[in-house]
Amino acid sequence: MTQILIVGATSAMARGCAFAWAAQGQRVLLAGRDDAELARLAQDIRVRFNTAAQVVALDLDETTPRESWLAELQETYGQIDGLLCAAGWMPDNETMRHGAPALQVIQRNFTGPVALINAFADVCEQRKHGFIVGISSVAGDRGRQSNYLYGAAKGGFAIYLAGLRNRLFASGVSVLTVKPGFVDTRMTFGLPGLFLVADPFWVGQQIVAASDKGRDEVYIPGFWRLILLIIRHVPEVVFKRLKL
Amino acid sequence: MTINTVKQSLSGWGRYPQVAAQVARPDRYVELVGLAQQAAIARGHGRAYGDAAISASGTTVLMTRLNRFLAFDAESGLLTAEAGVSLDEILQVVMAQGWFLPVTPGTRYVTLGGAVAADVHGKNHHHVGSFSAFVREIELFTPQGALRCSADLYPSVFWATVGGMGMTGIIGEVTLQLKRIPSAEMQVQHRPAANLAEAFALMESAELDDEYTVAWIDCLASGKNLGRSVFMRGHHAEGALSSGPKAAKLKMPFDLPGFALSRHTVKAFNAFYYRWEGRKQQAFRCDLAPFFYPLDGIQQWNRLYGKKGFVQYQFVLPPETAAKGLEAVLTRLSLSGNASFLAVLKRFGAAGSGLLSFPMPGYTLALDLPLRHDTLALLDTLDAVVLDHGGRVYLAKDARLAASSLPRMYPQLDAWRELRNQLDPEGLFVSALGRRLEMC
Repeated sequence: MTQILIVGATSAMARGCAFAWAAQGQRVLLAGRDDAELARLAQDIRVRFNTAAQVVALDLDETTPRESWLAELQETYGQIDGLLCAAGWMPDNETMRHGAPALQVIQRNFTGPVALINAFADVCEQRKHGFIVGISSVAGDRGRQSNYLYGAAKGGFAIYLAGLRNRLFASGVSVLTVKPGFVDTRMTFGLPGLFLVADPFWVGQQIVAASDKGRDEVYIPGFWRLILLIIRHVPEVVFKRLKL
Repeated sequence: MTINTVKQSLSGWGRYPQVAAQVARPDRYVELVGLAQQAAIARGHGRAYGDAAISASGTTVLMTRLNRFLAFDAESGLLTAEAGVSLDEILQVVMAQGWFLPVTPGTRYVTLGGAVAADVHGKNHHHVGSFSAFVREIELFTPQGALRCSADLYPSVFWATVGGMGMTGIIGEVTLQLKRIPSAEMQVQHRPAANLAEAFALMESAELDDEYTVAWIDCLASGKNLGRSVFMRGHHAEGALSSGPKAAKLKMPFDLPGFALSRHTVKAFNAFYYRWEGRKQQAFRCDLAPFFYPLDGIQQWNRLYGKKGFVQYQFVLPPETAAKGLEAVLTRLSLSGNASFLAVLKRFGAAGSGLLSFPMPGYTLALDLPLRHDTLALLDTLDAVVLDHGGRVYLAKDARLAASSLPRMYPQLDAWRELRNQLDPEGLFVSALGRRLEMC
C-alpha cells in the first residue's frame, strides 16, 4: 500500500485520480486551500472505498520553499510515495492577460507546483523510490492568442517535468506528464466551442493506469496527440495569422 | 470564485417539453448558499419525466457534482450524503455490507435529493410507506441560509419539502435510514390475471401478499380481457451478499422512429410478455437489479419513443373507486389505441405526512404514452376520470396537467403554499412545472 499526496485536490480530475487510487486501496492526502471542501472529499473517499484519506492545508500562492513543509507532512502521516499535482487555474482570457492575474496564472500553474515538486524530487532521489504525476495541458503545446498565459505556464511545467524525468530516471523514480484535452470540469463548464469533452472520473482512471505502467507522457483522450502533432507543425508564418 | 452558467435546452426523461434554461453546476457545497439567494431550482439526473426539474425563469442547478458521501454507519444503516448522490451510487457502497434502500423507485439513477423532493415510492408502499418515512434529516438551502429539518426539527418545513418538488429550497444533504437485506437475491413468483377483476383479487389476496408486489398491465387488451395482467410478488431471499448492480451493457444508440411503437407492435409485445412472464408461477430466484430496475438494463431507453418523446401518466385512485375508475381509464386507453407497453399497477398503503406527497391509500397505475397528435387530449379525458373518482396524478411524472385540476387532487395545496411563502417570500424556487400548475 502506498500513500499519495494530491495537490489541487478539489479539482474534478484530482477527484477522479483519488477514486482510482483509493479503489486500489492506496491512501491519499488531499491538499489544497479549501478546508471545508477537502474535508467533504476526504470523507467521501473514506465511505466509498473504506480507505484512509486525510486533508492537508496548502496554498500554492505562497512562494515559500517546500522542503520543511514536506518533511513535517511525512512526519505526521508517514512516507509519501507519490505526488500528483493537479493544481491549475484558468481565468477568462481578458482577466489573465493583465496585471496581477497574469502572474498568478504563472504561480498557480507553474512556479508554485515546481517549488513543491522540487522538494519531493529530492526526497525521492535520495531514497530511490517514488513517483510524480504532473497535469500539464494540450494548451501548453503551442501558444495561441486565446490562451497563451495559461498555455505558457502549462508548457513550462511540461518542460520542467521532462527535465525532471531525465534527472530521476537513474534513481528509478518515474515522472508522468499528463496532457488532458477538454475535460468536463468546473473550468470548462459552459465554455463555448468545446468538443469530445471527457468525463473527469474516466480521465482519473486513465491517469492512474498510465502512472502504474510507468508511462512518460500521455494525452488524454489519446487522439489529442494527433491533433497537437498537426497543430505543432503548422508553420509559424501561417499560425500567427490564425484566430485560435 | 465565480460559477459558470450555460444556456441549454432541457427536458425531463420523457423529452417533452423542451425548455430553454440557464444551467449552473456547483461543485463546492458552500456555493449552494449563493445559488439559494437567486431564482433557482435543483436538478439531479433529469429522471423526472416532465418539467419538474427545470427553473421557470432562473438558474437550473445541476446537483450531480455535489455527490459526496458524508457518513455511513454499517452497524445502524444510517447514511448521510449530499443530494447529488444517486441511488445507484448508494447501492454500490452499501449492498456489499448488507444494506439496501428502504424504498426504491423503478430506476436507481435518480439522485437522493430528487427522491426526497418527489417523495418517491416503491413496490412495498402498502407495507412501509414512501421514501420520506426513512429520511431522518435534510439540510435545506433557503434565501435565509441553510436549515436542518426533520420530522422532529422544523417538522412543517420538512413535510413541505418532502414531496415539495424542490420548490421550498435546494436540498443539500440527506440522512437516510437504510434497510437490512440478507442477500442480493430475490425470491419471486408470478401469476397471470386474465382481466382486471382477477388482477385486483391477486393484489388484495392476503395469501399472495409479499414484501413487494406489483402488476404489469396490458393496456391494449379490451373486452373480456380488459386489464389482463401479470402479478409479481417478491421478497429478499437468504443467500450471499454481493456488491451493487453493474451498469447496463445495452444502450439505445439512436432515437427509434415514431412508427416503431405502433398499436400493432406493442400489441404483439404485450401478448408475448403476458404469456412469457405469466408462465413463471413457480417461485424462482433472481438478482435484485432485474426485479427492481428492469428498465435500467437498457441505457437511454427513453429513446425508444423517438425524437418527439413521450409522456408518463401516473395516477392513484382510492380503494373504493379504484376498480371502476381503472376500468374507465383502461377502456379509454384501449379504444384510443395509443400504445403503452409499460403500464404498472401498484397498491398503496397509508399516506405519509408530506403535504404534496403523491401516495394515498388505493391503487396507482403508471403508463408511458408516446407523444402523438392526440395524446394530450386523451390525457385530459383521463384527468377527468381521475378527478371524478377522487384520485390524483403524480407530479414527478407530469408534463401537461391543467392548473385548475391541481387543488382538487392535492387538498393540502394551500397549506403547502402558505409554508412555501414563509420560506421563500420572493418566490425564487419555482420550476417550470410549478409555474404551469400555478403552484407559487
